[in-house]
Amino acid sequence: MTDILASGSHLDAARLSGDATRAKIRARYRSEVRFKAYGVVAILVTGLFLSVLMISIFANGLPAFWQHSLNLELSVAAEDVDPTGKRDPAELRSGDYFAVARKALEAQFPGVEGRTELKKLSQLLSTGAGDELRRRVVSDPSLVGQTLQATLLLDDNADLYLKGAGTRIASRAGHGIVTPSAASGEVRILSTSNDFAREITAVKATLTDRATTLRVEAGRLERANVPETKQKGQQAREEAAALQARIDGIAGIEQLDDRMPSLLIAINGGLVKAESVGPAEIIGTTLLPLTSTGDAKSGDWRIVSYITPESNRKATDIEVAFLERLKANGKIEGGFNWLFLTGGDSREPELAGIRGALIGSLLTLLVTLILCLPIGVMAAVYLEEFAPRNKLTDIIEVNINNLAAVPSIVFGLLGLAVFLNSLNLPRSAPLVGGLVLALLVLPTIIIAARAAMKAVPPSIKEAALGVGASHQQAVFHHVLPLAMPGIMTGTIIGMAHALGETAPLLMIGMVAFIVDVPQGLTDSATVLPVQIYLWSDLPEPAFQAKTAGAIVVLLLFLFLMNGLAIWLRKRFERRW
Amino acid sequence: MSSIYLSILAVLVLSGYFLGRARATAVAGGNLSKLHSLPAYHGLFTSSAILGPMLLLLVIGSPTVAHLTQSIALSSFPAAVRSDPLQSSAALRDAASLAAGQFAGQVTPALRNAADSLAETRQWGNWLLVGLGATIGLLMLGLTVGRISQSFRARNAFEKFVLVLLILSAAVAVLTTIGIVFSVLYETLRFFYDPALKGRPTVTEFLFGTEWNPQAALRVDQGDIRSAFGFVPLLVGTLLITTIAIGVAGPLGLYSAIYLSEYATPRVRSYVKPLLEILAGIPTVVLGFFAALTVAPLIRGWGQSLGLDVASESALAAGLVMGMMIIPFVSSLSDDVINAVPQSLRDGSYALGATKSETVRRVVLPAALPGIVSAFMLAISRAIGETMIVVMAAGLAANLTFNPLHAVTTITVQIKTILVGDQEFDSAKTLAAFALGFVLFFVTLVLNIIALQIVRRYREQYD
Repeated sequence: MTDILASGSHLDAARLSGDATRAKIRARYRSEVRFKAYGVVAILVTGLFLSVLMISIFANGLPAFWQHSLNLELSVAAEDVDPTGKRDPAELRSGDYFAVARKALEAQFPGVEGRTELKKLSQLLSTGAGDELRRRVVSDPSLVGQTLQATLLLDDNADLYLKGAGTRIASRAGHGIVTPSAASGEVRILSTSNDFAREITAVKATLTDRATTLRVEAGRLERANVPETKQKGQQAREEAAALQARIDGIAGIEQLDDRMPSLLIAINGGLVKAESVGPAEIIGTTLLPLTSTGDAKSGDWRIVSYITPESNRKATDIEVAFLERLKANGKIEGGFNWLFLTGGDSREPELAGIRGALIGSLLTLLVTLILCLPIGVMAAVYLEEFAPRNKLTDIIEVNINNLAAVPSIVFGLLGLAVFLNSLNLPRSAPLVGGLVLALLVLPTIIIAARAAMKAVPPSIKEAALGVGASHQQAVFHHVLPLAMPGIMTGTIIGMAHALGETAPLLMIGMVAFIVDVPQGLTDSATVLPVQIYLWSDLPEPAFQAKTAGAIVVLLLFLFLMNGLAIWLRKRFERRW
Repeated sequence: MSSIYLSILAVLVLSGYFLGRARATAVAGGNLSKLHSLPAYHGLFTSSAILGPMLLLLVIGSPTVAHLTQSIALSSFPAAVRSDPLQSSAALRDAASLAAGQFAGQVTPALRNAADSLAETRQWGNWLLVGLGATIGLLMLGLTVGRISQSFRARNAFEKFVLVLLILSAAVAVLTTIGIVFSVLYETLRFFYDPALKGRPTVTEFLFGTEWNPQAALRVDQGDIRSAFGFVPLLVGTLLITTIAIGVAGPLGLYSAIYLSEYATPRVRSYVKPLLEILAGIPTVVLGFFAALTVAPLIRGWGQSLGLDVASESALAAGLVMGMMIIPFVSSLSDDVINAVPQSLRDGSYALGATKSETVRRVVLPAALPGIVSAFMLAISRAIGETMIVVMAAGLAANLTFNPLHAVTTITVQIKTILVGDQEFDSAKTLAAFALGFVLFFVTLVLNIIALQIVRRYREQYD
């Protein structure tokens, strides 16, 4: 009684102070809005993550489907490809087609003669640059000794440069009249006006930055207690002082180094790389030889700079010069990278493809499907229709549910211990991979098949039983066909899961470096996710793109499979 | 060889079907209703009567033949070779490749002898097997076709055969579990108790040791090798990454589930649910690549701009991405249990004047709590067992640290690292991976069993 009275008076008090009540209600509604906003934010964050993931993968991966090659006119010299002159196919196959390609490329740069320069030039070509040529010549030996137009694959670094991982190039016309001292080698170029004042300023700015950094570093080092560190600090301070002296000095000749933007002069059909620069002169070496040592008038020569310092990029100045010249001459063409889809694995990024991994995945999934579809469906039929309700069935049921949540790497351990170690099945083989994945997806398929059979109304089975069918006839002739779309959907989703699975396959040795495309179930093979893992470990930047490219292919297959599952569900879904 | 056997099998099974059916039709004498079973069932029964024994013979016979061949071939080598398992298997490999004509090395008389006897016995054994199989098949065909009569209950007999097949299929799942338990447990016991194993730790040393360095076990002659197998750093690393993952996935997944089940219109639901399903379907190797390539450098960059020392393979990066991976697990399971809360509870709360969020917090969530707990447990077990993300984004060094910015290693990373590469089943290093696998299996199993029990009991409560 007192309680009611007390709460009644409490209510009255609340009603009396209307402002407080309204404030409380406002607070309650605010918290309502906040709560709802948390949900929206959670979904947005998840969506954001998914889109960042997809954008990052696709942005990294799409360049892998594009590959640059040289399109050169070359003559297939008999001495390179067929020294005996017998046009024997075996002989032709072992010819040195890379030499043919190299010579064709060298012919594009007539004055380039130094050993290092020629080596740099031939390094622009992929080691497999002659492969396409080899195929053409072997299939048509009459090409030997002829001149033909051929596509030569570029090296991965050259390809990356052309895809934009190089440097921005700035170029402007020179004002004065310049005179080069030589056509190749060490060159001194004098200008009649102060054409390089801007470069001198830029160099001094870079030096100032460097001196500041050194001073900060020196200050940090000198505060340390260790004498050696202190000494290092002092050294840094001295270096900074020396730099400062260079900055403060009158504009003389400034040395350039590879931590500054590269400065080049395009003159008389050649290219000179500046090593030191004065207000009106350049001392440097030729990257591309000049045609003459004549004067170049104002506007006939250009000052070129590769903005990214040489030490910060993969392509050196001479490689950039070669590639830019080839590009300007229209010798470089880009095209869809078929080799990525049709080639086997390789240590050379530009030659590496995913065909071996795709075939390996296909064979593995085939084994998985053949094993786990019948076994899974039969197990589901037994558990759903024929199993007596007792302790044992209960255990089987709990066991299947638990098996679906066992970490996949544990299945790999099972495969290693049982299939490889006890049964002596071959390592790295799609057969074993398929067996392991079948065990892995079996619970998924059993659960999906049981759910599909549960969804078929019991009246159908009862009607069949009522007209005299046996229990098995009712199940196999009536329930199972009606459950089939659901079972198929579950199977496809299980297969998609198996396609993306990596960890258990690592355990059974599918991580070997395998160049050949597997021919059978017991050949050594690798699968697409494992190939992705292997490539992601390699240091070459081109392999990073390949990894993302392989992921794009994998995701494409997964989307196709899941799309098929959704289509099946929509097409055959039946509401009872 | 087995192809010949299998083609004979196929021919016999097919002809069994047609002969049985024809015989049954003939026995019926034009009036099929006189038969107990339809003619097709007589055919199927005949086929199954042939298939069963012949498959059994193949499964038992071919390993027996292989074993016999090997032991006969081995008898041509000296006793010293025979007693050493490594040498004898090498000798057998040589003999097999010589018999196949692909041997490149020096051919000794013993090897030539062995190769000859290998080829000969294998041929004899295989032909014997084929002959025996064909005889049995024909015998079964004759017997079953001969037994066909009007009153023969072929359907019942065939259905028994099918039932056995069904039971065997259902047993595969159980056999898998048994296989996992026994193979992993056996190697684990060897790891702890095999007296021949050098450098094996005691169970206490394994469970409470704070130093993990399995590579040290290779150098038997150098220093204290027993301290190499301390499990604690791996446990701490795994728990650290799992905690970060749950810290990300818990709130995000739960709030998504609440929004989807309580607030979202069907239209929004139909867009957002597939989005979560896509996230669940992305292979973990892809997420691992993303973690290593994009997330880890990002975190490192942020950390450095704040003056923090972040390892390039920090636990944070791996944990964050793993959290994203398990969001769908948390959200879809929580969504299910929240939807299972009876509407009457909500209506009662609204009738008392509660707002929607108050209803969710004070009525729906407490009612759904057991289910949500089990969703979290399943998500934790996923996170503990996840391999590829941590292999690619977390480190290898077993640091005992709770700092999420440092590199840690996990149980799965160590299993993978140990077992990829050489696998000798008599080194403590390899067996340590199985011990780790056993711990992993055991922990996830316990989590799963508890979670599934909770879900089960909870469903019964509201059904």
